[in-house]
Amino acid sequence: MTPKTLYDKLWESHVVREEADGTALLYIDRQLVHEVTSPQAFEGLRLAGRKPWRAETNLATPDHNVPTTGRDRGITDPIARTQVETLDENCAHFGITEFKMDDLRQGIVHVVGPEQGATLPGMTVVCGDSHTSTHGALGALAHGIGTSEVEQVLATQCLIQRKSKTMLIQVEGKAGPGVTAKDIVLAIIGETGTAGGTGYAIEFSGEAIRDLSIEGRMTVCNMAIEAGARAGFVAVDDKTIDYVKGRPYAPGEADWAKAVAWWQTLHSDEGAKFDRVLTLKAADIQPQVTWGTSPEMVVPITGRVPDPAQEADPIKADGMRRALAYMGLTANTPISEIPVDKVFIGSCTNSRIEDLRAAAVVAKGRKVAAYVKQALVVPGSGLVKQQAEAEGLDRIFIEAGFEWREPGCSMCLAMNDDRLEPGERCASTSNRNFEGRQGQGGRTHLVSPAMAAAAAIAGRFVDVRELSKR
Amino acid sequence: MQKFETFTGIVCPLDRSNVDTDAIIPKQFLKSIKRSGFGPNLFDEWRYLDHGEPGMDNSNRLINRDFVLNDPRYAGASILLARENFGCGSSREHAPWALLDYGFRVIIAPSFADIFFNNCFKNGILPIRLEERIVDGLFAQANGPDALRIEVDLASQQLRPEGGEGIGFEVDAFSKHCLLEGLDDIGLTLQHVADIRAYEERRRVEAPWLFH
Ligand code: SF4
Repeated sequence: MTPKTLYDKLWESHVVREEADGTALLYIDRQLVHEVTSPQAFEGLRLAGRKPWRAETNLATPDHNVPTTGRDRGITDPIARTQVETLDENCAHFGITEFKMDDLRQGIVHVVGPEQGATLPGMTVVCGDSHTSTHGALGALAHGIGTSEVEQVLATQCLIQRKSKTMLIQVEGKAGPGVTAKDIVLAIIGETGTAGGTGYAIEFSGEAIRDLSIEGRMTVCNMAIEAGARAGFVAVDDKTIDYVKGRPYAPGEADWAKAVAWWQTLHSDEGAKFDRVLTLKAADIQPQVTWGTSPEMVVPITGRVPDPAQEADPIKADGMRRALAYMGLTANTPISEIPVDKVFIGSCTNSRIEDLRAAAVVAKGRKVAAYVKQALVVPGSGLVKQQAEAEGLDRIFIEAGFEWREPGCSMCLAMNDDRLEPGERCASTSNRNFEGRQGQGGRTHLVSPAMAAAAAIAGRFVDVRELSKR
Repeated sequence: MQKFETFTGIVCPLDRSNVDTDAIIPKQFLKSIKRSGFGPNLFDEWRYLDHGEPGMDNSNRLINRDFVLNDPRYAGASILLARENFGCGSSREHAPWALLDYGFRVIIAPSFADIFFNNCFKNGILPIRLEERIVDGLFAQANGPDALRIEVDLASQQLRPEGGEGIGFEVDAFSKHCLLEGLDDIGLTLQHVADIRAYEERRRVEAPWLFH
């Protein structure tokens, strides 16, 4: 038998039919639904007089638009409120399970899915959100789709797809202290560029990836899309199976052994061929900070803002100049001399319990610098929040001067009230530093949770490894 | 979906790489629960000098005269010329909806982000990948004193710039067929109901936990 990649296995087990031209009808096991990209899909179903093919395979929760304070007052923005209410109505009408805004299980879809065991190894998972790649951390084939496809999955449980090319990204050896999943993935994107993964499905492997917890792997897979790949995933191992066990939507006693037996086959076979292989050494990776308006514009904390004059490619140099102007930065400034106005710890990249613990270790017994106007901690779900509170993390943050919020996307994309004002500079644990992403004119620097907490304390970017020495 | 027919349109040159979907249609407009009406807010942050919010009267807003979409030469443009990695970022289909609502039917760039590329076809927009060198040439022409007009012929996969040589382009056969015929994926998929049911029967045995 020819050795297969993990992608081959995930793909082949979901092909309903294949056409001569290479397109295939791919079966979808799970769709996650949120308020922003679903209303037009539900409207389409209604207009065509269709019903969901298997309503029970969909799981919904509002996240993008929900307020992170004063939940008891509801949503004050009438347009956002309509959107959340529309989700409530659609889910009730079509018989879809929804964790509403006041449900303890509500949160960012990509945090909620794995937490509930609603996304499992070997599944095909989709959501009208580009960061659906997150679920690949469990050994699932997961990718973002547009609203037309949301409607198609609702109506037919299938998507018309073409097989991607495959890329293997190996991160070999052990990562140093203070180097987290976020730093690893930012370093990867620094290598591939934001379009390097376009057309590929990426498998992340190597010792440094295997060493990560499932949550850390989610952080890595989450940002596969920032490397241009729709899907990123990691092979199933014992950690994956332990993670899934006992979760509400996970297989029960009766099916467990059978499920595990299949999941254990979900890895690339020895000798499987990839279209592209990229290898990084974990030991070379430092804590990372982005300096520009694209995640590929990233340097180590020990580095400096790059100089466009040193860039040979004129189009690239021009892009760098534009980014520096937007970011209000001067070439060659040491990263550790850049002050921050705000700090955001949250988003589907870094709002799980482990992320909050890492930030709390740094925050403990320290104070947010007077210069910093706001430092937000936004847990990824109600259950993450509850767990953090049980561990006393909320007290640590509040005593240090952070604000402790309700779960949601929040300042990751600033659709609610949490946002940057023009010109404000933010250390953010989210995944995108595009112009205006966190508020018009806002300047985003992507970092790990520990680095964000350290920036809040120091009032500027600082090497978290230095901070922990003191 | 409307059938894609041969047409001649004005080319609007947007000379930036990595244009993300939030630049195409900023997040505040995503609160709409409709599919239409996004055109006036296409490229909102670049197109206007003030901050746009849903429900504003756009005719009273401060126009950014330096932005290419506001250049009178390109009024009524239906072909957008762009640089690499166009449409990266969020998967929002509001981006192609906004482009379409404004009047763009074709986007030409050296490369596109995957999800956006896919979303275009679902909405009757034809994204065309051309070599960087050819795109450079088109930029040079489109930036000239007179707007560049191109005839787009999907059936024969040809672009015919006015007064210039024809340019062939690639498009996969399936997407081409769907655009030309105005077919949507749901209708196509529902032709295979029996196959879907058969797959489900098989999976129910192989992976029963997916069916409880
Ligand atoms: S947290 Fe940010 S990236 Fe994640 S789903 Fe929400 S808006 Fe998207």
